[in-house]
Amino acid sequence: MAYSDKVVEHYKNPRNVGSLDKNDPAVGTGLVGAPECGDVMKLQMKVNPETRVIEEAKFKTFGCGSAIASSSLATEWVKGKTVEEALSIKNTDIVRELALPPVKIHCSVLAEDAIKAALSDWKKKQGEAEAKPAEAAARH
Amino acid sequence: MAIKLPIYMDNHATTPVDPRVLEAMMPYFKEKFGNSASRNHEFGWVAEEAVENARGQIARLINATPKEIVFTSGATESTNLAIKGVAEMYREKGNHIITQVTEHKATLDTCKRLEKYGYEVTYLPVEKDGRIALDDLRRAITPKTILISIMYANNEIGVVQPIAEIGRIAKEKGVFFHVDGVQAVGKIPVDVQKDGIDLLSISGHKIYGPKGVGALYVRRKNPRVQLSAIIDGGGHERGMRSGTLNVPGIVGLGKACEICQNEMATESKHLSQLRDRLKDSIMSHLDETFVNGSMEHRLPHNINISFAYVEGESLLMGINDIAVSSGSACTSATLEPSYVLKALGVGEDLAHTSIRFGIGRFNTEEEVDYVADRVVETVTRLRELSPLYEMAKEGVDISKMKWTAAAE
Repeated sequence: MAYSDKVVEHYKNPRNVGSLDKNDPAVGTGLVGAPECGDVMKLQMKVNPETRVIEEAKFKTFGCGSAIASSSLATEWVKGKTVEEALSIKNTDIVRELALPPVKIHCSVLAEDAIKAALSDWKKKQGEAEAKPAEAAARH
Repeated sequence: MAIKLPIYMDNHATTPVDPRVLEAMMPYFKEKFGNSASRNHEFGWVAEEAVENARGQIARLINATPKEIVFTSGATESTNLAIKGVAEMYREKGNHIITQVTEHKATLDTCKRLEKYGYEVTYLPVEKDGRIALDDLRRAITPKTILISIMYANNEIGVVQPIAEIGRIAKEKGVFFHVDGVQAVGKIPVDVQKDGIDLLSISGHKIYGPKGVGALYVRRKNPRVQLSAIIDGGGHERGMRSGTLNVPGIVGLGKACEICQNEMATESKHLSQLRDRLKDSIMSHLDETFVNGSMEHRLPHNINISFAYVEGESLLMGINDIAVSSGSACTSATLEPSYVLKALGVGEDLAHTSIRFGIGRFNTEEEVDYVADRVVETVTRLRELSPLYEMAKEGVDISKMKWTAAAE
């Protein structure tokens, strides 16, 4: 299968690879996907509790090139955004930016889920009411 | 010496035509274009002589006689003719066929079709090493069994079956024995007498011959095998396969067999050295890599390795200047790891991460080293990206985790 130039670029030079301390109260961690499905994404964000701005984002992904590119792009996009702005990122935005073919749309869905899961973890740590964490995972 | 990219290392899928083979074929596209069935002029005689010469070259490679070679369009047709031809011819005697789960689709799909027509098929399981258990085979044979069809060597994992032992059991029980020899003929010694083979499928393009030509060995003595034809129209090939013969293709197949026979001893030694160099170089630099299938009973030029915690498609993307095959085709629509690896009991996670390397006549040591370096480099990089590798290193048991997307 032919990949778009943007997917290849993210695959070759993934942004923000790595891990943050998951025990840090300012860090939210999202782990979505499953090994037997061929995709697992871990997305972590460090959020300033005062400004609610995402100051750092890191990812690790087990999956195809499109999954790696989707999560790499997601970390780029969330950095500098507020929690609320980040939650408004839709998987269709990722599909458009990376020109993902229909068989790879699930990669973008997973990236959106990872953002939501990470921020829901952060909110929980802040003692905020959770925004139905199961919802994202149940969709696919 | 500079390496020319991309590197072809997928020689179980197909092989390039050997220049010597192409050279032998060329006159039969040009001035020697005759129909080998034309009995009354020079053009026909020349073509017929070439076909008979090729029959001899093929027969010699497998210790058969020329009259036992039937030309086909390829090994898929050979296997169809062998299985369907025996099934129809010996319907009165019985309706039971025995095969095994890691066969090529040419065998499995043919057997599935026969099941629709009322035949019974036993699909023997394989052991962890990829070989069938002979006791399973003995137990599966009934008075209704007319055919055993087992491949010589597997196309994904290169595992060689205990063919001579199976041949003895078949003979003892009076059951015909068909062997899909596509990956083995020309690569390792295949002897229809010693191995007790009654029918043998052969392909041209896996042995540096052309595509679109194959052969079926059909035993004429002890016992004589009769086949119902599946293609009618003129009674060529002693009634077993009608249709004007593909003379240039047949000449190429014959020449390819002759070269294989002359060079097998040195070539297989050389290929197994290259294969071991590739395997050792990859596996000494990476932890948690696993060879799929028996190392002891294996084609000299095959290795199939799973790389834990790395997804197959992303690995292939990272080594896109190297042509190899992955055991996985992972998209949201078809999430199917290789049925061969599954049959060996390889877990889905590892089946998704497997790569098949098929080294061929024209690969060099420099190419092998380049491939090994690229694989090590890419797997290392992807593992740095892999949350699963990180978790495994932290001591998390991934198989016991609850994953969110399991319902997908």
